[in-house]
Amino acid sequence: MSDATLGEICVAAVADTFRGDGEIFASGMGTIPMLGARLARATFEPELLVSDGEAFFVANDLPVGGTDKQVEGWIPFRAVFDALWGGRRHVVMGASQIDTFGNQNIANIGDWNKPKSQLLGVRGAPGNTINHTTSYFIGNQTNRVFVEKVDTVSGIGYDRAAKLGDWVKAHHEIRRVVTNLAVYDFNTPDHHMRVASLHPGVSIDDVVAACSFELVIPSDVPTTRLPTDEELRVLREVLDPKSFRDRELPAA
Amino acid sequence: MTDKRMTEDEAVATLSDGMTIGIGGWGSRRKPMSLVRALLRSNLKDLTIVSYGGADVGLLCAAGKVKRLVYGFVSLDSIALEPHFRAARQNGTIPEVVEYDEGMLQWGLYAAALRLPFLPTRAGLGSDVVKNDPSLRTVKSPYADGEELLAVPALNLDAAFVHLNRADDRGNAQFLGPDLYFDDLFLGAAAVGRRFLSTEKIVPTEELLKNGTIHTMKINRSMVDGVIEAPNGAHFTNCQPDYERDEKFQKEYADAAKDPEAWKAFVDTYLSGSEADYQKAVAAR
Repeated sequence: MSDATLGEICVAAVADTFRGDGEIFASGMGTIPMLGARLARATFEPELLVSDGEAFFVANDLPVGGTDKQVEGWIPFRAVFDALWGGRRHVVMGASQIDTFGNQNIANIGDWNKPKSQLLGVRGAPGNTINHTTSYFIGNQTNRVFVEKVDTVSGIGYDRAAKLGDWVKAHHEIRRVVTNLAVYDFNTPDHHMRVASLHPGVSIDDVVAACSFELVIPSDVPTTRLPTDEELRVLREVLDPKSFRDRELPAA
Repeated sequence: MTDKRMTEDEAVATLSDGMTIGIGGWGSRRKPMSLVRALLRSNLKDLTIVSYGGADVGLLCAAGKVKRLVYGFVSLDSIALEPHFRAARQNGTIPEVVEYDEGMLQWGLYAAALRLPFLPTRAGLGSDVVKNDPSLRTVKSPYADGEELLAVPALNLDAAFVHLNRADDRGNAQFLGPDLYFDDLFLGAAAVGRRFLSTEKIVPTEELLKNGTIHTMKINRSMVDGVIEAPNGAHFTNCQPDYERDEKFQKEYADAAKDPEAWKAFVDTYLSGSEADYQKAVAAR
């Protein structure tokens, strides 16, 4: 029996979103997404490029907060924009709200003209989602985060991408949404969100209760895979020895 | 040889009410804060501010200077949300708000720098950016693809403020940290005569190449009208490698911003005198 924590299960689930991506920029916003990208590169997806979150691509398996960087490239913000408009990137962002088609909001809660809560603004979400593969990590799935309609569409979902012509349809992909409860994808005929796997100990009732729209629920939903022994070793000994992952996502 | 040295207050004295001012840096990184503090000391009002925003935006909002705000985000980096900016948005005290995708902001500055009316992109299409700014227009590719693209309008600036690590007195300047951000575009987008560059240290021209490689020398004197020597001028944002962000001070700022009494005390302590007074108060903590 594995002793993997919720944080470790989520990191491995985020890492899995990069499977098959090859030699592109694997970009993770926040501790768990960043660890997911680094874990994927350190194990099953060695061609990925990962950054220090500042301006450098690092060739070594840099721990969270680590400064001993083996720099393999320069990626200032302008080069990030170039890489993302060029499509050579897959980002895992957060979401304050998300809907059934994967429309995401990080800008504000409430009416945009006079928000109840002003958050970051749309940041790079519109450009990310229209140009390359995007996934999301949400550490606190509730029915106020998984909503019928997001307040400000920052990252665009499948319904909006479908109206933007052939180029966008060919390049837009919301690959997966990883939360503290489950993993979701959009592999349904009309790209509604689907339960792809439930984390150990989580039931369908749990995820339905934490969602305001109707999830597509296959007849047989697998359990999210546990990290392998090697993944746990890399995570615990190399990438995150101070266990920032468990601070961000304490076990329920 | 033109000696372009001046003070922050002399730079700000060239501005008028209602002008559009671009502020370089990124979030809480290498912001021209001594120039922003000079703006706070001035009587200027009804400004349009264009920024990858941090405390520059927060401070100007708190001081009631901003009529129109154009941004891709506003964040203090290590503190995700900017408290004054949040309060201003939530209280509806910024009359006009233009919220762009980060790349759209770059494109608007670049279009202005190249004297083009717009630059096309896909970034922003389909998102609520286009709903919230109904003045945005699309353009159809004239080629066989016929694709509809977003036409980001040129962000022409009346003035620009940037802060670089080193400069000579004619305005040749270099960044020594990991990222130039978009400082060259802010200067390029601004009207000739009001492109202001503050710097940690003014050095003889021949010293620039001793400090870093040719690749650090992205700003040449044709892009700059005024050079302000401002040691610690980016405080409390970072200015790598000269100094890191003053996290302790930033936290003091963010905590004070949440409470009117505490904010008044903060202003009394740090923001009611000259730049020299500010630096003295910071050092005295």
